Amino acid sequence: MRDLGREILVQSLRQVLPENGGPDSVLTVTGLRSNLSDDLVLDIPRLTLSGTGISMVLGTNGAGKSMLIRMLHGLTKPDAGRVIFTGGSQAMVFQNPVLLRRSVFANLKFALKDQRLSRGDRAEKLAYLLELAGLKGKERQSARSLSGGEEQCLALACALARRPRLLFLDEPTSSLDPTATHRIETILRQVALMGIKIVMVSHDLGQVERLADEVIFLNRGRICERLPVESFFSGPDSAEARAYLSGQLVL
Amino acid sequence: MNGFADSLQLALGLILSGDADLWAIVGLSLRVSLTAVVIAALVGMPLGAVLAVTRFAGRKGVIVLINALMGLPPVVVGLAVYLMLSASGPLGVLQLLYTPTAMIIAQVVLVAPIITALSRQVVEDMHAEYADYLGSFGMRGVRTIPTLLWEGRFGLTTALLAGVGRAIAEVGAVMIVGGNINHVTRVMTTTIALETSKGDLGMALALGVILIGLAISVNALIAGMTQASARQSYA
Amino acid sequence: MRRLWAAVIALLLSAHGAVAAEFIVLQSTTSTQNSGLLDAILPQFTKDSGIEVRVVAVGTGQALRNARNGDGDVLLVHARAAEDAFVREGFGVARFDVMYNDFVLVGPADDPAGIAGSEDALDAFVRLATARQRFVSRGDDSGTHQAELGLWEMAGQAPQADSGTWYIETGSGMGATLNVAVSLSAYAMTDRATWAAFGNKGSHKILFEGDERLFNQYGVIAIDPERHPQVKTAAVDQFLAWILGRDGQRAIADFRLDGQQVFFPNAAQR
Repeated sequence: MRDLGREILVQSLRQVLPENGGPDSVLTVTGLRSNLSDDLVLDIPRLTLSGTGISMVLGTNGAGKSMLIRMLHGLTKPDAGRVIFTGGSQAMVFQNPVLLRRSVFANLKFALKDQRLSRGDRAEKLAYLLELAGLKGKERQSARSLSGGEEQCLALACALARRPRLLFLDEPTSSLDPTATHRIETILRQVALMGIKIVMVSHDLGQVERLADEVIFLNRGRICERLPVESFFSGPDSAEARAYLSGQLVL
Repeated sequence: MNGFADSLQLALGLILSGDADLWAIVGLSLRVSLTAVVIAALVGMPLGAVLAVTRFAGRKGVIVLINALMGLPPVVVGLAVYLMLSASGPLGVLQLLYTPTAMIIAQVVLVAPIITALSRQVVEDMHAEYADYLGSFGMRGVRTIPTLLWEGRFGLTTALLAGVGRAIAEVGAVMIVGGNINHVTRVMTTTIALETSKGDLGMALALGVILIGLAISVNALIAGMTQASARQSYA
Repeated sequence: MRRLWAAVIALLLSAHGAVAAEFIVLQSTTSTQNSGLLDAILPQFTKDSGIEVRVVAVGTGQALRNARNGDGDVLLVHARAAEDAFVREGFGVARFDVMYNDFVLVGPADDPAGIAGSEDALDAFVRLATARQRFVSRGDDSGTHQAELGLWEMAGQAPQADSGTWYIETGSGMGATLNVAVSLSAYAMTDRATWAAFGNKGSHKILFEGDERLFNQYGVIAIDPERHPQVKTAAVDQFLAWILGRDGQRAIADFRLDGQQVFFPNAAQR
């Protein structure tokens, strides 16, 4: 995988940034409730996502993290409550990279299909996205013959191709090697700076320290705390979060 | 009775002699069966895909029914199509009985359930894999079908081949609705049945060898096309 | 997608294609087809008249049933009683004698039932029933089957009671039935022409022949256009005139299997 130079990165990202970023709220949740299992209810009375930056969703296995972002993204309907999205477009990257059984190029083209682009604009955009994913020269390869890291980089490029205002990621680097993880983190940090709101589930506290602007800590289906990352690591309010940080909280 | 080796030799001789009647029969077999498979695919693939991505009351029942129809006996299908197309039947005015079109209709009935059932399976697997991804694009239900069919193209090729195999090898249906009329509706399988009934078992077996060769050729051809298109789809 | 449909429709039409200028459908029997008679004589008619004859070869019973449904224009079959009933019930215009051949009894060369020495056909059938040696019947309501059943009855035998033991009903055409008889070293009744053309005789041979009760008359019937208006009356009339006339009758007489005449024309001179 080629190194991602800063110059290229910024150039590439200009191609994928949403047309209207800003501090206004992009997603509001009210009264969201959903049964996750017999004794576990996801219960989010109110949640607002706004501006830019990276919000990381933390919590033990089974706390309802993945289900929460699925509902925010509209993949799963909650039993009750409303999710109102006003930001234009959104996208999601899954834990295991989902790619079509087509070439690298065709995967990017598919992600661009909803945008009305002139032939020239499209070619330019494809070239940048390829550069961003670090797959220049591999555009004709079958997407599913790539390495795991390359696959996830391509999946991220496909998600960014849709110029999302809001980007969800569900443990995107949990099975990747350090090089690929680094590349994805670099891209995420940059897009967050440049106007995309990111909501990401992670188990990797090192990654949280490196990336997060704020932490949303979920325990047994409820948001236990939501606070800036520094405060989270220096001393969270709740006993559960303290136990989680010291590795003692289990479901 | 001729041994298998003699029949093999006879088969080779028939092929090499370029016998016009033989080629006409081979050609008709291919034309009828391939047309039937194309039509069955145009019906079966979308139908199977709809069954794969939608949920409605009675869906399970429909799936069980279609799976069961995969085993329809050709003779029964032949009889049913005969009763429809007979001059005394509801579609008698079309005068299709004893024509290749009648044979195509019967084979479509035979093949469509196979292609539908296998397509459902393939598309269901693709749906499990891509429902979230496509949902992220706002694509749900029947709107995902074109993409899922394309992603399942290799599995669907196998479904088509299964259909070709069933169509080209069956004799019960085409015998009844085609009538095995020389130069009009005589195909490989009905010719084999005829030669067997003449007691010319060597010739029957030789034609059987050619039929098997034909089936292998069609399979190889489609497999080759699939591979070529796989290469091309990455271009 | 539109182009795909166009291609499919084109394919369908081409599969339907190759429509001859004019043709009639002849519902006939396996004996006339398996012996090669029809393949030998019909091209002469087509050459003279320009009318193609499409042969559907099934048992006489099924041929008559198909014709009742109006599937076909003309019949060439051999079961007198059923043919007369067909005409009487208004499905056929009239029935004409065309030709005859005869039935023969074939069996294993060592003839365990000893039918070779029979006085007449009835005696042969009595010997078969008494010996309880395997006998393979068409069992398909064909002309040959109907004739065989008549002979059992005349001989005072009821072999169907033993169906599945020594009396075996194949429910198949003549050739398929002979294949079974040869495989099982069993006896069978067949028309002489099919036997002469049959390619899988094994060690079987003709063991009894020549009784006039084994006479096998073929008749031709035009399907009644009043019942089934799509019948191509003019072409059928031409066909009847030919096969009952001088040229058709001579073609039948000229047909040879292994140098032997197997069908004998006997249309009433008109």
